[in-house]
Amino acid sequence: MTTDRTETGEITVQLNGKARALPEGLTVTELLESLELNPQLVVVERNREILDRSEYAQTRVEDEDVLELVHFVGGG
Amino acid sequence: MSAETIDGPLRIADREFTSRLIVGTGKYEDNETMVKAVRASGTEMVTVAVRRIDLDRTREEGILYHLDPEEFLLLPNTAGCYTAEDAIRYARLGRAAGFSEWLKLEIIGDETTLLPDTHATIEAARTLVDEGFKVMAYTTDDLITALRLEDVGCVAVMPLASPIGSGLGVVNPYYIREIKRRLSVPVIVDAGVGTASDACVTMEQGVDGVLMNTAIAAAEDPVSMATAMRQAVEAGRLAFLSGRMPAREIAVPSSPVRGMLE
Repeated sequence: MTTDRTETGEITVQLNGKARALPEGLTVTELLESLELNPQLVVVERNREILDRSEYAQTRVEDEDVLELVHFVGGG
Repeated sequence: MSAETIDGPLRIADREFTSRLIVGTGKYEDNETMVKAVRASGTEMVTVAVRRIDLDRTREEGILYHLDPEEFLLLPNTAGCYTAEDAIRYARLGRAAGFSEWLKLEIIGDETTLLPDTHATIEAARTLVDEGFKVMAYTTDDLITALRLEDVGCVAVMPLASPIGSGLGVVNPYYIREIKRRLSVPVIVDAGVGTASDACVTMEQGVDGVLMNTAIAAAEDPVSMATAMRQAVEAGRLAFLSGRMPAREIAVPSSPVRGMLE
């Protein structure tokens, strides 16, 4: 599927609570790669819906997405 | 005689555990100490929290770089959540990590005491059980709440000994015993244990297990405290199963009163 390019080719998302500019058309797999995160150790929530790992390669990040990347840390 | 000789395994849902101690993985100074302490405790189940990844990498990496989920059953918690909605969100995120459907449900109702919101806990437990979670619910030492949590399908009910991180030990052993007497699902005392004697006293009430974090993590030597806790939990369990002598406020000599020299 092709996407319409904006003039800048950039989108802005909320990533873990902070605004972040990303290239348009970026997949979740590519996003995790660019952040050097192991997809097996990350859970991705996009606009309050959890993404299945099998969807990462096909799912493109869209403008104004709210993304949460979480993992396990020490806790009681 | 070892504890295993007269004691069976701890059964929760479809799993059996040799150890009756569950430990948290928070508040350690470093991950190396955490892993050593977890191993020394003899536990087979550890709690973990779900948090945002720090994309600036100023904090430690995720716990799965240090703990092998094949070695320990991971029990994701909903710590830090104040509503059923938030807890359900965190529970789903924890399950999506892909290890299991086990969950420690914890919904706080008050920032000062960290006492649980029992209404929200029952509400969230009902939803999460329907979604297939194996819910171990943190709660107060209130019997009625414990019964409701069992009714909605929790696989274990986890009343507190005293507030989280307080180290005050079991403040109401009678309530803990009453919950244990009335519930069919395992009762795990969660929170409030401060030192080994607290763990031992807790197990002497007849409960099925103990969950602790700060008592080990905040000890001066967490690894040796973890060993002490393992021994205390075993000792308390054995003492309970052995049937203690009646307490009485009168002295009774241990040696014969007859046969003394003239």
